[in-house]
Amino acid sequence: MAVYILRRLAQVLPMLLLVTFVVFALLHAAPYDVVDTITTPQMSEETKAAMRERYGLDQPIVVQYGLWLGNVLQGDFGYSLASRHPIAEELAARIPNTILLVAPAYVAALLLAIVLGLIAGSRRGTLVDKTIDSLSGVGIATPSFWFALLVIYLFGYQLRWFPIIGMHSVGKQGDPVDFLLHFVMPFLVLVVAFFPELARYVRSATISQFSQDYVLVQRGFGASRRQVLTRHVGRNVMLPIITQLGLALPILVTGAIVTESIFGWPGIGPYFLTATRSLDYPVVLAVLLLSAVLVIVGNLIADILYVVVDPRIRIGAGS
Amino acid sequence: MTTTGTTPNVAAVVDATTLVHRTRSFRSVSALLAVAFLVIVGAVALIAPLLPLDPTTTDLAIRWQPPSAAHWFGTDELGRDYFSRVVYGGRISLTVGILAMAAATAIGVIVGLIAGYAGGRVDDALMRFVDFLSSIPWMVLVIVASVFLKPGLWTIIFVIGVFSWMATARLVRAETLTLRERAFVRYAKYIGVRRELVMWRHVVPDAAPTIIVAATASISTAILTESALSFLGLGIQPPMASWGSLLETAQGSLQTAPYLALIPGILILLTVLSFNVLGDALRQSVSEGGAS
Amino acid sequence: MTPAEDVLLSVDGLDVDLPGRTGGRVKVLEDVTFEVPRGRVVGIVGESGSGKTMLLRALMGILPDGAERDWRRVLLRGEDVTRTLARRRLPAAMVFQDPMTSFNPLVRIGGHLAEVAQRFQKVGRRQAQGLAREALIAVRIPDPDRVLSRYPHELSGGMRQRAMIAMALLAQPELLLADEPTTALDATIQAQILALLRTLQAERSLTVLIVTHDLGVVAAVCDDVMVMKDGRIVESGEVERVFAEPQHPYTRELLDAAPPAPAELAAPASAEEKGAGA
Repeated sequence: MAVYILRRLAQVLPMLLLVTFVVFALLHAAPYDVVDTITTPQMSEETKAAMRERYGLDQPIVVQYGLWLGNVLQGDFGYSLASRHPIAEELAARIPNTILLVAPAYVAALLLAIVLGLIAGSRRGTLVDKTIDSLSGVGIATPSFWFALLVIYLFGYQLRWFPIIGMHSVGKQGDPVDFLLHFVMPFLVLVVAFFPELARYVRSATISQFSQDYVLVQRGFGASRRQVLTRHVGRNVMLPIITQLGLALPILVTGAIVTESIFGWPGIGPYFLTATRSLDYPVVLAVLLLSAVLVIVGNLIADILYVVVDPRIRIGAGS
Repeated sequence: MTTTGTTPNVAAVVDATTLVHRTRSFRSVSALLAVAFLVIVGAVALIAPLLPLDPTTTDLAIRWQPPSAAHWFGTDELGRDYFSRVVYGGRISLTVGILAMAAATAIGVIVGLIAGYAGGRVDDALMRFVDFLSSIPWMVLVIVASVFLKPGLWTIIFVIGVFSWMATARLVRAETLTLRERAFVRYAKYIGVRRELVMWRHVVPDAAPTIIVAATASISTAILTESALSFLGLGIQPPMASWGSLLETAQGSLQTAPYLALIPGILILLTVLSFNVLGDALRQSVSEGGAS
Repeated sequence: MTPAEDVLLSVDGLDVDLPGRTGGRVKVLEDVTFEVPRGRVVGIVGESGSGKTMLLRALMGILPDGAERDWRRVLLRGEDVTRTLARRRLPAAMVFQDPMTSFNPLVRIGGHLAEVAQRFQKVGRRQAQGLAREALIAVRIPDPDRVLSRYPHELSGGMRQRAMIAMALLAQPELLLADEPTTALDATIQAQILALLRTLQAERSLTVLIVTHDLGVVAAVCDDVMVMKDGRIVESGEVERVFAEPQHPYTRELLDAAPPAPAELAAPASAEEKGAGA
């Protein structure tokens, strides 16, 4: 099994390299001058030329790529065109806010999806199942930002239960109650956005398990429907779900772009969008790089988890 | 993810048919409703220029009026008739959806055919490329692409089309691979017919049902993506409007005129839902009919 | 006819129908009437679709969703259980056809067996483990502890089937139902499994019903046989008599279609015959 893990890691490296190369190519092709991220318009041409030299911006492409890659590996993502601050710092300030919002929402959506998906799948064709499935269907078709507007209107304007913008009120940073009040609406919107597809997946996995021979055998040995569900089908359905968790890694960072922007939540979303609108290429591409890397790493984790957890594929073990 | 291979088992087959039979009536009713809705919306969008609609005339005196007999959907923040705005917005949303789907399907079919037919290294390379492209979160991908291109109708059609062909490509490739092994293709060269011709004449028709199902999913994705992008201001630009950009403008007047946000959103929901239901129904009949 | 106290199970007028593919209902068992004498090994033969598997499932109460089961009378050990059988189970356990897919791939053999032991013998977990081990020994598995800790896919087909039989034994049945117990196995293993069934039957005074499409299996281990076609029993009786003097034309067809049975009673179907089966 260690061999398999090493092999997968070896496959991942070229992918990562390719991604960095594509991002770098885009950076280079983008219609802006990198030196503008580290200089101000007031600086003279000589200063700019000197900066260019100092940062290796007059070197051949390959060298620049190497320099850039080296920087990236050390956590230096370059500078924002708009703010001239290090992008890495700006990301580091915002990513925790995003995770703070997305992680609980995803977990809640997943738990809800597991429960309802198992119920629906085990009672296929009944009213309960049809209801859950239809709700999922409607959920998938609902634009999450529209749902956010509805939630804002109802809970923010009409009922005035929750504040609409931001993560905390002015001066109340660190106040947990204030945080929670700000948290509820975006959290709700995200849960509703994440839930339907997860529920559909769980439901279909459950249905597929129930059609397996061993379920019939279990019934033949007197297992009640509930015992079949909890001891067997439930367990078997958890297997693909757990391995899929790795695939949710990128969602932690880029899964709430629109929601964050609607609620003014100070995460990656608004930062990314502002950069997009102001054509701040370095920032945009840094986020692209980050999310691509997360996807690749997430896939890797999912594959490894799968091999570790599924007894059928334990390479190297067995009789 | 793999499922354990099951020996085809009379019991399982019988169970499945029972349940399909039971859900069949529900399915066909919703499928009919979906088709009806799409036909109505499509027809209205199509003949919009012929209808007495006025989406552009502003009249600040009557702005933010709720729906009434005179203005079925009320008026917006500039006093324009919202019903007209929504209808014309629908034209754009649906146009983007259909064209983007067409582009994605075309690219997907071609890539799938090539990958499946050529096999070997070409197939490998193409599939790696597909995997790679599919792996990047598409919201990020689409937004990044729109940074490099000037925002507008054609940009957005292009961007959505170019980043959503992967699923279709996979399907078509699978079909092509199976078909390639079929006897009449292998022996085609012996009767003097070029293999490529046979493939083309047979793969596409054979794969047509699956392609159509994938296409309905494609339209749904395209409509949702376009509306999200336009909502963020990265898609359809004024003076053109789509349901998504209408929602963006409605955001500003949310407190005073919530119906401005409610209506386009409901329409997006119903349209996407209808396409999804239609796609499901088609997929059902494809697998039952035993095609491919 | 057999004296009443020697009859374990007597079924009169069993009907089963299922919802049809295009609406309406399909009769899979029609007016099935038979007696199973205690301690005998009874073979049920027929082609695919004859209803033989459905018969076992009807007895076990695990018919597909939407199925309807009806009978005129059922006697268990002479006692009339016609009305109560819908709620209670028969003291029976079933061995299923494909041991690969019949086990939950994510649960070890020990887990499967212990679960059944706990359910049927009302014992705690540790005792159940002990019973599971004994059951594996009873089915002649040489290294029971190793097998207990294995996952189903780690065992060979024959071992899996033995484990399945062990699981059935843990339910302490009087009646053992076997649905094509050897069809998914290699020829040599088939012989071993059939011999095992025969041995267990003798050791524990079991009554065994074996469903098969393979006449060789019937010839090898069965005392009696029932021939089924299209949901009905067309002929039944002692194996030697039925094979020597088939009364029903369909029985004759089956016998004619089968390759000549091997001379030795202990050696079951050859590999070719297995290939000819469904």
